[in-house]
Amino acid sequence: MTDTTTAFQAAYLLGLGDDALIYSHRLGSWLTWAPLLEEDMALANISLDLIGQARAIYTYVGANDGTGRSEDDIAYWRDEREFRNVHLVEQPRGDFGQEMARMLWFSAYQRELYAALAGSSDAQLRAIAAKALKEVRYHLDHASQWVVRLGDGTPESRERMVAAFTWVAPYIAELFEDDAASVAAAGAGVGVLPSSLRAGAEATVAGVLAEATLDAPAVSRWHARGGRDGLHSEPMGYLIAEMQHLPRSHPGATW
Amino acid sequence: MATDVLAAVRAIPDPEIPVITIEGLGILRGLTFDAAAGEVHVVITPTYSGCPAMRAIEDSIARVCRAHGLTARVTTQLAPAWTTDWIDADSREALRRFGIAPPGPAGSSGLSSSGGPVSVTLGTRPTVGSPSGEASTRHTPACPRCGSERTSVLSQFGSTACKALRRCDDCGDPFDEFKAL
Repeated sequence: MTDTTTAFQAAYLLGLGDDALIYSHRLGSWLTWAPLLEEDMALANISLDLIGQARAIYTYVGANDGTGRSEDDIAYWRDEREFRNVHLVEQPRGDFGQEMARMLWFSAYQRELYAALAGSSDAQLRAIAAKALKEVRYHLDHASQWVVRLGDGTPESRERMVAAFTWVAPYIAELFEDDAASVAAAGAGVGVLPSSLRAGAEATVAGVLAEATLDAPAVSRWHARGGRDGLHSEPMGYLIAEMQHLPRSHPGATW
Repeated sequence: MATDVLAAVRAIPDPEIPVITIEGLGILRGLTFDAAAGEVHVVITPTYSGCPAMRAIEDSIARVCRAHGLTARVTTQLAPAWTTDWIDADSREALRRFGIAPPGPAGSSGLSSSGGPVSVTLGTRPTVGSPSGEASTRHTPACPRCGSERTSVLSQFGSTACKALRRCDDCGDPFDEFKAL
């Protein structure tokens, strides 16, 4: 990137990186708890892809925002209020249907996001997005297959998927809210307005719901907000404590 | 000496699939020798963003160069994004002999690239234990053990980020597939 100091959009990029890192942490908590061994592996692999995306974004931010922070500094040495992820990704693991509903929405959002960022004015962000887009297609495929299978499955699995989409509904709007950082990043040609991604992601989810013979859940009366400003829900503090414990208790530890 | 070290770098095996080299896998994107500095400059690209083998590969490159009395300078490059289409023919055959079905063309995964609804064509409803159905356009790899083309996917996510898990419908053996990316 040539005009680094003026156009660099650290806050916007940290939001994208934090979404990926925090969701990767939640997916990692499925290990040994998934309904099938194959799902332990699948969720761990998807988690790994997201960690890789977060690492690429953090490394880029640290090298260009004037702080000189490493990827580890950014992941492990910020406090809760400095994390800019949406509430969707920080919610604790529920049942498997809830995870597939969350993954369907998040990967549908990420696919729109990375496809749009592949046209960013920022060369490194273009590179990160083009690579991540290929990975997210597999995540989206995975979640779609399960939603169809469970939604159009047994009475029990169907009931669980209906409940899962009702559970996830209040966390969706926040993905598509234009906050100050994204407006600035989009204005500079670096980022993309979250609101511009909404129609594409909704069409994707609607197509999968139709295939799964599920109705779209009713619009919820409240919805989560404030994640991009560092305002999080209660589970986030516990997540941060667990995720950051080792490097904070043993600074500089390596293996 | 330069020729030797460059050949040695090309021949470094992938840490997770030791039967193929980093050159054959297509992740070696640049290799030059700076005689004045006594330095080998190596450009590599990750298969997946989170590929944990990258560090091991960097270490291997440094070790090989040191053995030739040279220093390695390793650069990681993200664009253009790696694709399984860069795996060369010899490596594909080596994968197959190793029990891993080589990938089909990158466009053959049956996944939609961006925008629009997702195709979730489930052929026959899978039984428990085989979550993923298959989109009709998907490349179906042959069983690397018996050669049968009747194989089905058990999971799109296998033992490493780059592999899917499949089963042969004839010989019954499960096998890894290097999935198209």
